[in-house]
Amino acid sequence: MKYLWLAAYTDIIESLRARWFMVYAMVFGGLVVILFAFGLAESRIMGFTGLSRLLITYIQLSMAMLPIFVLITTVRSVAGDREAGVFEYLLSLPITLSAWFWGRVFGRFFVVFLPVFLAMLGATAWGTVKGVEVPWNLLFYYSGLLMALAWCFLGIGMLISTLARSADVAQGAAFVVWLTLLLFLDLILLGVLIQEHLPPETAVAIALANPMQVFRTATMMLFDPQLVLLGPTAYVILDNFGQLGYIAYAIGYPIVLGTACAGLGFLMFKRSDLP
Amino acid sequence: MIQFENIVKRFRRHQVLKGINLTIERGHRVALVGSNGAGKTTLIRCLLGEYICEGKVLVDGMNPRQARREVLSKVGFVPQLPPPLHMPVGQLIRFSATLCDTDPARMVSVAGKLGFDAERFHNQPFVKLSGGQKQKMLIAIALGRESELLVMDEPAANLDPEARHIFFELLAEKKDHAAMLISSHRLDEVATLVNRVIEMDQGEVVLDDRVADLVELSSRLYCRIRLLQPEAAFAKAIGEWGFKDADSGLVWEGAIAGPDRLRFLGLLSRYAALLSGMEISEDEDLESDLQRESSISVV
Repeated sequence: MKYLWLAAYTDIIESLRARWFMVYAMVFGGLVVILFAFGLAESRIMGFTGLSRLLITYIQLSMAMLPIFVLITTVRSVAGDREAGVFEYLLSLPITLSAWFWGRVFGRFFVVFLPVFLAMLGATAWGTVKGVEVPWNLLFYYSGLLMALAWCFLGIGMLISTLARSADVAQGAAFVVWLTLLLFLDLILLGVLIQEHLPPETAVAIALANPMQVFRTATMMLFDPQLVLLGPTAYVILDNFGQLGYIAYAIGYPIVLGTACAGLGFLMFKRSDLP
Repeated sequence: MIQFENIVKRFRRHQVLKGINLTIERGHRVALVGSNGAGKTTLIRCLLGEYICEGKVLVDGMNPRQARREVLSKVGFVPQLPPPLHMPVGQLIRFSATLCDTDPARMVSVAGKLGFDAERFHNQPFVKLSGGQKQKMLIAIALGRESELLVMDEPAANLDPEARHIFFELLAEKKDHAAMLISSHRLDEVATLVNRVIEMDQGEVVLDDRVADLVELSSRLYCRIRLLQPEAAFAKAIGEWGFKDADSGLVWEGAIAGPDRLRFLGLLSRYAALLSGMEISEDEDLESDLQRESSISVV
């Protein structure tokens, strides 16, 4: 365990000094600043105003950006480290492969989640200073969802990094995965599939298997509890899960998927050439 | 100590190692030579448990892949190309020392002996150090702990002559109870360091020979070189070896590490036409002679 935390700590130190982290932190921090600057905290939509409105917008933007950021930075740095000879050297030191791999996963999770969370926390702190009411339930709920989403794509990223032998291939594969998930986020595409006589259950299953769609639906749920925006699919979700059940699913499923991908990545890492 | 039994390594259809059989004991200092693509790095990676291969690799009877901690805690490794680590020097030392269950001060001390002040560069990212500093740091990590097997890929390539001498002295301290595997493209770079030469070509061992072990790793040779005329290029080249001008560029004096003699003679051979006299001796008389003359010249 000591070596696992040591590997995690080392990865955090490495990441904090890397250029990608600067860009990543600036994007998410900058996003909150921009939302404030454009007065989103003062605007009103569907009855939401103040910080709730800002957080909803922030979370919607995060859904589009976080997965691709996590995927690309993970595969670039992990596969890039392998290519550059970092693995060759650090894995010549007496560390077990499990401590090394999971240490990197936990360290990286901390690094990818931290800026997103801090940006959200910063917005809340600023809102408090300004005397705006803080929507604590929304903050905790969104933090949980973001955590689950970040973990999910981190796991997928680690799996891709293990399978791909070069940083370029890994980056290409990560992009294809993200694009595919994004494509199935499109309800129009699902509508076309149903029109082409795909059973509606399959379309719903695709939507429930897509972590981005799960996240999207879960974020909608707080400001649209009946999921009116989602159309008939809402009946399937609400009938089968209920509101609380779906929230639990939206947090649990991405965590399970991310862990399964990272676990599979670890098995392949253990059984293949390391550098 | 090390056993390679019928090691075969393939990358897709390409067979890089073709049934390597070798035994290396403690006290063996092996030069692993061969051209690019001969299979040296692949063999080293199999030894470190980084590559999966057919056959058996055993270090003290243990498989380095399965018993990573037990095997690798005995191994000090210096790669040819330093890894681009962003972590600061202090962090790298702490990380390595914790994994190797050793005191970080030992690594700092070895780095100091090699002429690298690790305390001064404590917060400097490793990747920002110069080539020589990185090499010294990696050597310090490999030697500043209880290593019984040293695996080094052109370890002294970026070191200045003084650091090379200290490095050879540090190796001499380990020579009887450790095995050393020193990889190089050129035999003359490592010939005087080793007592066994293994040459590889296209994935096979083509030569495995014991060599005379006459050169003490910690020895020094004292030299005085006389020239027919001063020459700027020679002055620059010999200056890099730490030699001092004793007579208007016509006489140069200094000392070299014993195992560096072949490299040094290689340098002199390039200026053979300029040489009018040369004294090289392990004899301390020449050393005191040189020191006396230098103190007179200071007066």
